[in-house]
Amino acid sequence: MMWRAVSALLRKELRLELRTFQVVPAMALFSITTLVVFHFSLQRDAVDGALAGGILTITVLFSAILGINRLFVADHEEGGFDGFLLAPVDRTAMLVAKALALFSFLLVLELIAVPAFAFMLLDPEFTFTVLGQAIVALILADLAIAIVGTLVGALAIQTRARDLIVPLIALPLLLPVVIGTAKLLAPTFAAGGAAALPTRWLTIVGLYDLVFGLLAYAVFDFLLED
Amino acid sequence: MSGPRLRALSAATVIVLIGGYALAAFYAPMDADQGFIQKIFYLHVPMAIVALCGFVFAGLCAIGHLRTGDSKWDLRAYVAIHVSIILGLGVLVTGAIWAKASWGHYWVWDEPTLVSFLIIFLLYATYTPLRFSIEDREKQSRYASVFAITAGAFVPLNFIAVRSATSLVHPRTLSSTENLPGKMALAFLVCIAGMTLLYALLFNYEIAHKTTVAQLRALKRKLAGDDAVRARRSAAPELQVR
Repeated sequence: MMWRAVSALLRKELRLELRTFQVVPAMALFSITTLVVFHFSLQRDAVDGALAGGILTITVLFSAILGINRLFVADHEEGGFDGFLLAPVDRTAMLVAKALALFSFLLVLELIAVPAFAFMLLDPEFTFTVLGQAIVALILADLAIAIVGTLVGALAIQTRARDLIVPLIALPLLLPVVIGTAKLLAPTFAAGGAAALPTRWLTIVGLYDLVFGLLAYAVFDFLLED
Repeated sequence: MSGPRLRALSAATVIVLIGGYALAAFYAPMDADQGFIQKIFYLHVPMAIVALCGFVFAGLCAIGHLRTGDSKWDLRAYVAIHVSIILGLGVLVTGAIWAKASWGHYWVWDEPTLVSFLIIFLLYATYTPLRFSIEDREKQSRYASVFAITAGAFVPLNFIAVRSATSLVHPRTLSSTENLPGKMALAFLVCIAGMTLLYALLFNYEIAHKTTVAQLRALKRKLAGDDAVRARRSAAPELQVR
């Protein structure tokens, strides 16, 4: 029952995005601009290791903030919340659908941002090992960003200063993920060829995904009651 | 809590705190490496532990609020976070003084315990702006509770993430207690007890103040009607007083 609601909502999100092209192109453009800004502010033509991991993580995170800001705007302005609340479905369906939508936006963003990053800034060669490890690290990070972003987006949409509230709350909340992802990407982009992903940080980011997934599941209902 | 009980709590706090710091200053032995500056340990570490526990306590109060819908619980969460933020500022300042004295820098980035505390502090610094930016009172308290629960769960998780990052510079609080010599450990435990009492005292004073203000407003309203009490925007939870 719930999965039907989730898939309907998710299809709505994706169709809306495909028709308007509001969020993902903005995120992608922003990620490339950020990479250019990193180039000029660090005055580096090429980066590797921890610096490369940090730059990619920050680029994805900052672009994600744009998506989080827009996530609930349509529902808020066009009465989507009211329609959803009238429907006899589990409210958690909205959390799952929105998180999945944000997750897929992030995947599309990374399809553009990661090659752009490898092309513009990355010093070591971009091999299949690097690619595989980067995918694992980024998917774990995307899960966390999607869960926390949905929660913070739903929290901020009712406030007057929502564009301010989202980064203010989401950035500190996501910092463990930032640390973890940067630590995972540092050996991946090591100058002398990719080293294996550190298990400890895989566990920490995975644990973060799990804990915040359960937490969001528990508290999301209270953000919708009206 | 009010009247005699609050007075008794105040007296107990003063006695235990003075006792704790007297023990720390005169009874506990001087640290061989760091000398007198190490005594800030008896202020810094209890403050940090109590502030973090206060944040988690606020999360538990917020769960109480969402379950019962009673604004008393929201007030408790609000006050707990407020007091914890004040202590947290103290932790950052005393930590910087200690760091300057023992490592030569006010702030050390490769030290995860400091950084993680800063992250938690920054996160909770958004609690009041969040409340301020929601006008509807009922929604304000509900959303603030969701934030308090999320952030409260974040505190231990952040701590785990940070502890697992290797660093040997900063003493590990929990395991280092076992390594403390007996006299130091005794002074430390009394200081923790004193700091906990101080937290409880500040907490109860603020609750008593907020409750009294709410009662006063209710009385004014009863005497002169709704116009007498000017509605003002506030981040503080509004108590329902008959």
